[in-house]
Amino acid sequence: MESLVSVEGVSFRFGHHQVLNDIVLSIYSGDFLGILGPNGSGKTTLLKIILGLLKPSQGRVLLMQKSQHDFTEWGKIGYVPQNATHIDPYFPVSVQEVVAMGIKSLAPSERVAKAGEAQAIQEALKHVGMESHRTRRIGQLSGGQQQRVFIARAIVNRPRILFLDEPTTGVDAQTQEQFYDMLARINQDEKITIVLVTHEIGIINKHITKVACLNQSLIYHGSHGEFCSSQAFKELLEGGHHLVSHRH
Amino acid sequence: MMEFLSYGFFQRALFAGVFVAVACALLGVFLILRRDSMIGHGLAHVTFAGVAIGLMLQIVPLFTALILAVLTGLIIMKVKEKAGLYGDTAIAIFSSTGFAVGILLVSLSQDFSVDLFAYLFGDILAIETFEVWLSVALALAVVFVVLRYYHPFMFLTFDRESAMASGVKVKRLDMLLTILTAITVVLGMKVVGILLVAALLVIPAAAGLQLAASFKLAMAISAVVALFSVIGGLFLSFYGDLPASATIVLLAFSAFFLFYIIKGQKRG
Ligand SMILES: Nc1ncnc2c1ncn2[C@@H]1O[C@H](COP(=O)(O)OP(=O)(O)OP(=O)(O)O)[C@@H](O)[C@H]1O
Ligand SMILES: [Mg+2]
Repeated sequence: MESLVSVEGVSFRFGHHQVLNDIVLSIYSGDFLGILGPNGSGKTTLLKIILGLLKPSQGRVLLMQKSQHDFTEWGKIGYVPQNATHIDPYFPVSVQEVVAMGIKSLAPSERVAKAGEAQAIQEALKHVGMESHRTRRIGQLSGGQQQRVFIARAIVNRPRILFLDEPTTGVDAQTQEQFYDMLARINQDEKITIVLVTHEIGIINKHITKVACLNQSLIYHGSHGEFCSSQAFKELLEGGHHLVSHRH
Repeated sequence: MMEFLSYGFFQRALFAGVFVAVACALLGVFLILRRDSMIGHGLAHVTFAGVAIGLMLQIVPLFTALILAVLTGLIIMKVKEKAGLYGDTAIAIFSSTGFAVGILLVSLSQDFSVDLFAYLFGDILAIETFEVWLSVALALAVVFVVLRYYHPFMFLTFDRESAMASGVKVKRLDMLLTILTAITVVLGMKVVGILLVAALLVIPAAAGLQLAASFKLAMAISAVVALFSVIGGLFLSFYGDLPASATIVLLAFSAFFLFYIIKGQKRG
């Protein structure tokens, strides 16, 4: 199967503080990968390195078989950052404009025809059930609604892979469930590979197919089924803090 | 009634003012949202030194001011990034230093103090034909670039990290925005003077931000307020024999104030 992302021996330091240690990880087309790990274990950092927002101290990342430097097809990657909803509530952008950013900011060589763009924006909003809020200012929506809009922005280019960093923080349980069902639909119907950083193991259990368990180094990486019978999972259930082994 | 339009000096002022105002208005929206509204004020002070150098060396002061403003803008950007200074600290340091250099140069040669007065307080009605064409060309270039990069500029202002992850070249665009701002400040200086440039950059945009529910609308309202202020200001100054720069800025402020009140009422 085709590997969309290969993380090859990536280490990362903030000053003297080692955050990631020799991570090796491949993400394959069609995966619904859950990245688990306690606070401060380097999950966000790993995503940022994969997306080229941070440079690894060691190792490298290949995106669709290309080095990050040579990779240009950013429209094929969607990203919803952690705390995406921590925005300036008075920022004057409409829901529609937020989604349009994702498609119209691409390099000209990556963009599709204008007519296609308008339609893609409509479809992305429909997908997350926000089409009726099109013209509202983003700051007027609830946190959960905003999160949906950011997902619409991340999928508007029909990416091959979608990264979500704790997308349901502060979202109520029922909405969360709908939300993960929506992700599963995107994964299965649209064949979009999903990488999800999360703490809610319970709720995503029914959707994820692969698990990566991170705590500075990669503690577990494999299928979801095996993960449930693994030592890492037991430790995680038994309070999780076993995994927080701070090796400074 | 429309006799003022037949005066060459009035036509020149109106023509240059209209284009410069729109450039200021569009850029201003980005600057405010980037929490960078004082950059105009800072760079304007630096242009004082640029003008003084130009007058001293008998080069067109607009050129020396342009060069110095662009350079200082880029330096402020770098210092902010590298030294981890807060933006407003970097601006305060460079703007006052630039102004000090200007004062020093002026005191060294007393013979051009009259000219400087026009740069400090603005004298759009005395703008020369050559300056009009230069201003219009540069202002058009600024507007063109802003519209060309409208979406990535908006994306990076709204959500820098996601913009980067979409392949937006944020560093390059930061630099572009700084250069555009420096150019616009120098153009604005011709219209309202060094001491009031910031007003032209910030007030129409702030007015636009009071009411807009979308970015497009914020830009449009800002441009309309800027046009209203410049055209109305020139008109009032002609008939009331008032200083054009002050009238322009006060009109912009009244638009801002009006929108501010309307917004307050809408919120209840
Ligand atoms: N800008 C920074 N400067 C210095 N250290 C940082 C910075 N950002 C993160 N760190 C450190 O890197 C480590 C990993 O952070 P990261 O955000 O990747 O964790 P995380 O797994 O995403 O945690 P959480 O579950 O809380 O989101 C933490 O120990 C944090 O203190
Ligand atoms: Mg995190």
